[in-house]
Amino acid sequence: MSDTVIHAEAVSKRYIIRHNRLSHLTLRDSLSAGVKRLLGRGGSAQQEEFWALRDVSFAVERGSRIGIIGRNGAGKSTLLKVLSRITPPTEGRITIKGRVASLLEVGTGFHPDLTGRENIYMNGAILGMKRHEIRAKFDEIVAFAEVDRFLDTPVKRYSSGMFVRLAFAVAAHLEPEILIVDEVLAVGDAEFQKKCLGKMHDVSTGEGRTVFFVSHNMAAIENLCTHAIYMTRGKVTKVGPARDVVDLYVRKGGSTDLANARAVGAVFELMRVRAGTPEGAPLTPLKPAIIELQFRSTRAISDASAHVLFEDLNGSPVFGLDSCDFVARTGLAANESATLRFNVASLPLQPGPYRVRLWLKSQGEHLIWEVPDIFDVTVEAASVYGGRAIERQYHGTAAAVVTASLERQMEVAA
Amino acid sequence: MTTESPAVVDLQAQQQVHEPLLVIDAHKAEQQYWRDLWAYRELAAFLAWRDILVRYKQTAMGIAWAVVRPLLLMLVGTFIFEKVLRQPSVGDVPYAILVYCGVLPWQFFGDSLTASSNSLVANANMISKIYFPRLLLPLSKLVVSCVDFVLSFCVLGLLMAWYGFAPSANIVFLPLFVLLGAATAFAAGQILAALNVKYRDVMYVVPFIVQFGAYMSSVFFSSDRIPEQYRAIYSLNPMVSVIDGFRWCVLGPVSSLYWPGIVSAVLVVVALLIGGAVYFRKTERTFADVI
Repeated sequence: MSDTVIHAEAVSKRYIIRHNRLSHLTLRDSLSAGVKRLLGRGGSAQQEEFWALRDVSFAVERGSRIGIIGRNGAGKSTLLKVLSRITPPTEGRITIKGRVASLLEVGTGFHPDLTGRENIYMNGAILGMKRHEIRAKFDEIVAFAEVDRFLDTPVKRYSSGMFVRLAFAVAAHLEPEILIVDEVLAVGDAEFQKKCLGKMHDVSTGEGRTVFFVSHNMAAIENLCTHAIYMTRGKVTKVGPARDVVDLYVRKGGSTDLANARAVGAVFELMRVRAGTPEGAPLTPLKPAIIELQFRSTRAISDASAHVLFEDLNGSPVFGLDSCDFVARTGLAANESATLRFNVASLPLQPGPYRVRLWLKSQGEHLIWEVPDIFDVTVEAASVYGGRAIERQYHGTAAAVVTASLERQMEVAA
Repeated sequence: MTTESPAVVDLQAQQQVHEPLLVIDAHKAEQQYWRDLWAYRELAAFLAWRDILVRYKQTAMGIAWAVVRPLLLMLVGTFIFEKVLRQPSVGDVPYAILVYCGVLPWQFFGDSLTASSNSLVANANMISKIYFPRLLLPLSKLVVSCVDFVLSFCVLGLLMAWYGFAPSANIVFLPLFVLLGAATAFAAGQILAALNVKYRDVMYVVPFIVQFGAYMSSVFFSSDRIPEQYRAIYSLNPMVSVIDGFRWCVLGPVSSLYWPGIVSAVLVVVALLIGGAVYFRKTERTFADVI
């Protein structure tokens, strides 16, 4: 007998995105635009359909631990939201057997003015626990979170580590048949993360629960999950045993060749992005780099420009390049394509993964379009100063690397 | 996908017995909504409990605010309408008690309406991260206002003792009018809450309703002062009947009941409750996307 607990059939989710024009319009402009809209001509906000999920189908058997992987914007979180009934699918159908509890964010419903004890009850109720269940698990939760001394302190006085521990502890002691966890563990310290992963493993193997787990941490996915779903732009790229899927993801996602990138906006279309050395090799610290974008526009634009922003995996911006800061102006006829190439003399980045976000814009047309895809690039490890290959973790995870040389002077002690 | 561990299989039999089956379909409304609403009743209680615990934190006067506000409103109303505008009371009822009997249900209504129409937006974070029947949020606000209502009702008792005024036997019917008031507040609150998700204009409309509605609901004077030809239209506002009924229960037959008004109030409230619930359910699915 097959024992499928979740069955998703052709699930799709559509969002309508409105592109707002640049915000430094005058009040007079917005009033006249409003009047025009009322009169039903011109001036309307540009709308665009965006399919966050497209024809997603899969079946999950009881007791499996499913990892969901993919780049930012691939639809992982949307899938979890649809499974948790927070937002309805636009198309398709999901059948779920058993009680679902989802932990999409740590500490939802925590109130800063309430004490740890009060918040345990509050949060438990929000996650769907009954009062007697919470009472029965109370001591276990407190022990797991290691906050017993601060139970009657308002959580606004907690350190962020204590806060996260308490919040996860409540969720970990739920007894749903299906547990859905978004990338919430990224906030805790390494030891606590390990404890949480262990707990998720235990509930699944020991108690036959099914776990859904989104993470960018491939090691965690490989360790915890039996199976994985790899998503790209709202579609399922691969479903299978966790190891195989992670392998595929690492091979694809880690590459710097973004030649097939393609995204369509209301006015602009991004046709190609490339990041690498001028010779076409992967990005390397302190070596020349090029970042190249090819795009076109559906209508004539006198001053098209592009903005490139590098972020680290925590979302902190590292550096940006804006073509407006350079002399050239790029005029575009309708449907004409342009290629902008930023030449970076010496890439100031430590080895490791980064994300690249792109904007295409026009001051004259009051238009800014953020490319919905976020691109992953990897800066290769290399020996920069002639010694060992540098690694970000040696430098307190600082993102920057600088041109430097080392001088030595030796004296014999008197 | 298959499970790999044989231990898992053993547990199936005992687990399958009480497992609910959930179907999420893009084109069908969820069938288990009302059952869920019942299943999550504890959450409503917890939400109300949280609000009660938190609301007077970091205030110097704390819970006293629940009784100070209606008292101040009563004092101002009595001064303006009795002393300045020279409105007569009904029978030998002290004017202060007449006004307080209007202020009490009105404040209950106003507080519930304000809190419930903001309840979804104020908990936007919960709505976008957790599933629960969203109707619980405006419902829990109603519970919170009930607590304040009970407190300020005790003040009515003190006030009547001060004036040596005994309540009438009609007071046994009081719960019916409190229920009508609560239903009015909830019916309007759920609609405004759902509208507020998309149109934040509601935030500006509600204080206006609460402020000026007091003058359109006989809070500071007896409804008998309304000219006969306007009485029917005036009574379309359900709160008029709630306040009239409240006075009739507390002050006794000296304050008359206007039956056509009560019938229309019940009809209006039932229509608002049903229509509001339908609208709420229809828009509820997209709250997380819009909020």
